[in-house]
Amino acid sequence: MDKREEGSVEEPLDLIRLSLDERIFVKMRQDRELRGKLHAYDQHLNMILSDVEETIKVVEKDEETDEEIIRNIKRNIKMLFVRGDGVILISPPLRTS
Amino acid sequence: MLFFSFYKSLVGKEITVELKNDLSITGLLQSVDQFLNIKLKDIKVNEEDKYPYMISVKNCFIRGSVVRYVHLPAEDVDVETLQDHSRLEAREQKKQNKQHQEQKSSTATTATTSTTV
Repeated sequence: MDKREEGSVEEPLDLIRLSLDERIFVKMRQDRELRGKLHAYDQHLNMILSDVEETIKVVEKDEETDEEIIRNIKRNIKMLFVRGDGVILISPPLRTS
Repeated sequence: MLFFSFYKSLVGKEITVELKNDLSITGLLQSVDQFLNIKLKDIKVNEEDKYPYMISVKNCFIRGSVVRYVHLPAEDVDVETLQDHSRLEAREQKKQNKQHQEQKSSTATTATTSTTV
């Protein structure tokens, strides 16, 4: 059991443990998305990420044409603590190699 | 527990707390508790013109649950230690869950045996 522990995925949180020190994608409430390197997490999905790029999707309505314009606002943060209650999903790094 | 200890190590450092209502407050971390409630001193609201009533506030207590992000001073964060502690805590958590499960199943069997007697 203890031998297997390190590399195996038995429960959902194991997937996050294996993503430590890797870049992950986090979908947050209010149409926010984060991409950054995972350094810490706990069972609430509180996290610490570094070199984070946050994308916020804002929908604006054109007054005249009633058209909805979707605008993505991006910003970069060096080191960020994320509170777990705002997290919707976490995706491990894309293996492109 | 991990983040509680982590924040304790940051006491006295400058952090920016971003709240769920978009208010961003920068200040010196004064203290923190197990719920990650935060006390800040010498605070400054980042968009002061938008929140003029906040200018006179110098110290504040922030309830942990209203925090969205905390911007941390990167140079004061030791990522290696954090990763090690995360793995350790994950293991502890698993152990506790298993113990709990075993306790539950053992009480369940005693319950069934007592009804059959």
